[in-house]
Amino acid sequence: MTSSALLPLMILVPFVGAGIVALLPARRTELFRPIALLTSIVVLGMAVFMLVNFKVGDPGYQFESNTTWIKDLGISLHFGVDGISLFLVVLAAGIFPIALLGSNPDHDPKPYYGWLLVLLAGSIGVFCALDLVVFFVFFEIVLVPMYFLIGLWGHGRRVYAATKFFLYTMFGSALMLVGLIALAVLHQKAVGGPLTFDLVTLAREQALSTTASRWIFVAFAVAFAVKVPLFPLHTWLPDAHTEAPTAGSVLLAAVMLKLGTYGFVRFGLDLFPEASVWAAPVMLTLGVVGIVYGAICATMQKDLKRLVAYSSVAHLGFIVLGIFSITTQGIEGGILQMVNHGITTGALFLLVGMVYERRHTREISALSGLQSSAPVMAGVFTLVMLSSIGLPGLNGFVGEFLALLGAFKGARWWGVVAVTGVILAALYLLWAYQRVFHGKAEGENAKMRDLTWSEGAVLAPLLFLIVFLGIYPKVMLDRIEPSVKALVVHIDRNVEGFDAKDVTPKIAPAAKGAEHGGEG
Amino acid sequence: MTAVWLIPALPLLGFVTLVVLGRKFGDPGAGIFAACMVGLSFLGTLGVFAHLLSLPHEERAISQTLFTWISSGSFKVSIGFLADPLSITMCLFITGIGALIHIYSVGYMKGDPKFSKFFVYLNLFVASMLLLVLGDNLLLTFLGWEGVGACSYLLISFWFTDPKNASAGKKAFVTNRVGDFGFMLATFLVWVTLGTVNYEQIRPLAPGLAAGTATAIALLFFLGATGKSAQLPLFVWLPDAMAGPTPVSALIHAATMVTAGVYLLTRLSPIMAEAGWANDVVAWVGALTALVAACAAIAQNDIKKVLAYSTVSQLGYMFLAVGTQSYVAAVFHMITHASFKALLFLGSGSVIHAMAHEQDMRKYGNLRKYLPITYATFMVGWLAIAGIPPLSGFWSKDEILAGVFNAKTFGNLALWVIGMAVALLTAFYMTRQVIMTFFGEEKWRHAEVDAHGHELHADEEDAVDDHDHHHLTPDHTPHESPISMTLPLVVLAGAAAVAGLLNLPFGDPLKFLEHWLEPTIVGEHELPPGWVQALLSLAAVAVAVIGILGARAVYFQKKVDPAKIEKPVFAHAWYIDETYAKFMGGPGETAFEDVAQFDQKIVDGAVNGIAGGTVGLGNRLKGLQTGLVRTYGLGMAIGAVALLAYVVTRIGG
Repeated sequence: MTSSALLPLMILVPFVGAGIVALLPARRTELFRPIALLTSIVVLGMAVFMLVNFKVGDPGYQFESNTTWIKDLGISLHFGVDGISLFLVVLAAGIFPIALLGSNPDHDPKPYYGWLLVLLAGSIGVFCALDLVVFFVFFEIVLVPMYFLIGLWGHGRRVYAATKFFLYTMFGSALMLVGLIALAVLHQKAVGGPLTFDLVTLAREQALSTTASRWIFVAFAVAFAVKVPLFPLHTWLPDAHTEAPTAGSVLLAAVMLKLGTYGFVRFGLDLFPEASVWAAPVMLTLGVVGIVYGAICATMQKDLKRLVAYSSVAHLGFIVLGIFSITTQGIEGGILQMVNHGITTGALFLLVGMVYERRHTREISALSGLQSSAPVMAGVFTLVMLSSIGLPGLNGFVGEFLALLGAFKGARWWGVVAVTGVILAALYLLWAYQRVFHGKAEGENAKMRDLTWSEGAVLAPLLFLIVFLGIYPKVMLDRIEPSVKALVVHIDRNVEGFDAKDVTPKIAPAAKGAEHGGEG
Repeated sequence: MTAVWLIPALPLLGFVTLVVLGRKFGDPGAGIFAACMVGLSFLGTLGVFAHLLSLPHEERAISQTLFTWISSGSFKVSIGFLADPLSITMCLFITGIGALIHIYSVGYMKGDPKFSKFFVYLNLFVASMLLLVLGDNLLLTFLGWEGVGACSYLLISFWFTDPKNASAGKKAFVTNRVGDFGFMLATFLVWVTLGTVNYEQIRPLAPGLAAGTATAIALLFFLGATGKSAQLPLFVWLPDAMAGPTPVSALIHAATMVTAGVYLLTRLSPIMAEAGWANDVVAWVGALTALVAACAAIAQNDIKKVLAYSTVSQLGYMFLAVGTQSYVAAVFHMITHASFKALLFLGSGSVIHAMAHEQDMRKYGNLRKYLPITYATFMVGWLAIAGIPPLSGFWSKDEILAGVFNAKTFGNLALWVIGMAVALLTAFYMTRQVIMTFFGEEKWRHAEVDAHGHELHADEEDAVDDHDHHHLTPDHTPHESPISMTLPLVVLAGAAAVAGLLNLPFGDPLKFLEHWLEPTIVGEHELPPGWVQALLSLAAVAVAVIGILGARAVYFQKKVDPAKIEKPVFAHAWYIDETYAKFMGGPGETAFEDVAQFDQKIVDGAVNGIAGGTVGLGNRLKGLQTGLVRTYGLGMAIGAVALLAYVVTRIGG
């Protein structure tokens, strides 16, 4: 195995950036933003390099590096990306410059940018850590900067929201910590040899008894369910999202919410295939509840940001549904949707932030007729909204469709109920749009400034991706698929009586002729 | 090489260009450019059409794959096109009528501050519609299906400052989404059972479907169709959709988009052939929709609402044809309807334009004197839809009814009776409209009508304040519309008059459309013998004449009080929409609110309650923010160790 320094560097660079920010005197306010931007752009550059050099068709980990960290405990700094994590790393790296450019802190730039860079390091680390302890460390690291971002730069009830966010996640993390130590200990007991926390080894060897792995799966699952978030553990999300500063909301949506769903794939299906299949009905049900319940709650929100937050609950429900359909389409759809939700909801939060900056309110009832005063912003909002609704031809559709298709194949009745989510998504978003952008603009609403060029430039990459990934999701699917297929094979091999329910095309000979006989 | 992809690509290019340069092109530049793109697309369609004609009968299908769109495991769909007689027929009238309506819109939208944006949406609509019919698989059709839905939403709420328009747009989209629920599930079911969503691959596989599966697929797709094509129980959005500018009503909500459901089921005729009683459901829903909507149409006073309910009713005819396996008749009626209904809508637009944006027919009258071209062309549309030979509507409606008469559908004679009743009502309400609009007294000149209508009028002013308009005053003198508007009327009148030639019932060689479509359609239906057909036709004509004379007696000769006919139950379209609205606004909204309250009070409340005790403890340490976190960190560590000890000892073995 060739070792690559790329991933450790991607984690190290933002830490170094944060260090520089920390060392500079706080009065040099003009320096922090450029340093943070430069750092995040360097990381993005490395992410793009990784994307370009990623070998399509290889299901295994690439850009792997493995250094022993604590030998006696079997902990090593093991990093790598495969099709499942690749785009999450790229998304994290890509969304940071946008979040940085899209908003400014109103005070204390030094700690603000410092924490953001720590968050960036953690976000990259968490998606490529292949050692359970290292994963856990990063899983916790990202909490701290987000806690401060919400608590110090947030809105109204920011301390309440930040504390709630922290406690919820800590509660889950505690269980996960128990789970992962138990896993390593029991694994060592079963196979002998040295203690190891290596994900690849643990997943491959499947040494635990069924009961033990089910228990430990539950411990992990609670931690991930809080992060997703799944009903009834979701109520930290609307508060955190609403009170967070714009950059915080964007990063919460694009990166933090994916920790749970990513965890379910990597540390659920891969590490505990039998337990995942066992728990699937419960997880599917929670996913469907999230879709319907989140959408209904979103419909009735009076605060625009809270509405978007609840829409995330619904969108994440689709992802969980896809993953636990345990089909190629469902898992791929879930992964695709993780990235697309980050792009679309990230853009929505940026837009809501821009409205807030101008109008100093997010109350839907206080806004009206903004399409008259800000037609360009309205147009951009419409595009992003249609993507969020899942209009085919835009990015939001592909993942949602595949997740539903997988669910229909693997877990039919859950899939059928989940499809009602597409009706509700149209309802809450169009209704919100109508109240905010349609109608007559009076008073402050009539005077609202339209999108500036620089705001447009910040949004432009996201808008481009919304269209491009809707028409040509192949660039992503080609890279995701081999790893997902390998995962399904892994589950199939380790779970007795598992049925991957693959659909084999029954193309009749005559049709084949027609396919090729046509004119090109 | 025949470049099928150019057909949708041209209007799409128009859309992209106008997004960037629309404001620069301005008024009328943007409109002319948009019209040219659709016109070019029409020429391209003609080219493909000619190419198909040159091929032997059975080989008339060109498929063209551009690239893979979505590929996941064994699920694969491409951006690929299928140009065959069915899709090219659709493309011909979409681009043909589309181009005419674009030209008309240049005149109609003149002076609107959002002139160029209107054409942005209109071009995107045409591109989506063409993708819908040309797509070689269900998913690409779905892309077009949703695309036209989105454009419809954007165009209905085009004058968004009026909440009524905004609501109508939202209602159209959300109602259609209910139908999409069916479309998506049906697509899933097709893929899970057949392993493909490609039309050419479905065709040979469809006969292998189990009857139950085929029935389920057909019913789910039909649910989708009831949304897009405004059938029971989802038709309620279409009358409201008239809030959009009139060219939109003509193009989207009469001629093209709303026929998508008919197209879909026709395209899936191989599945429908296996779907047993689902066909009966389609036929009955179509017939009942036709009847319900025709009743509603006789009691409307808004000139566009009459046409809207009429469209719902005529679409019902098309589904009646589909359900009785008379696909050719369905497509035939789709074509004739597209021409005469587009004509009638554009004619009504010309009237509205001339009458200071007043849409209440009770304030019209004697307009034939002022709008000679609009009047003459409207007469053609009227006779065509009323079913008077030799105009087009007669032939297509006749073919549907003859098919129903002989069909093996459950209760086919009852269906035929309903069809005849609808024919009578159609002739009646159209005659009523013509008399109220073009004949009789010039009612806007009466002060009392004006006084009565004034309140309503003030609302309307609100409604269209984005659009160039002024009050309808008693001294108003209507003027004929500009040539950009009258020319499309004349062309469409020509089409509405002669479109019947496409499929004449006098012997096999004259059934051009039937021969042309034959290779794409699966499904047998037999027409009754010639003499029966002749009798049926006579009966249909008689019914139409009765309808016309009846309306003449009521509205022209005033022998009967109109109030006796225009019952409130008709004016309110059987209160179906009101019932939905009551439910949605009442128990529906309450339930939603309850869920939101449950989330806030119970779910979040419980968590806060549990946290309460801990927070009480934490309050003492509140001075230090980090102290709080550290406390919890410590608590977590202790808890974790305890749990760990428990887990390892209990389940370790």
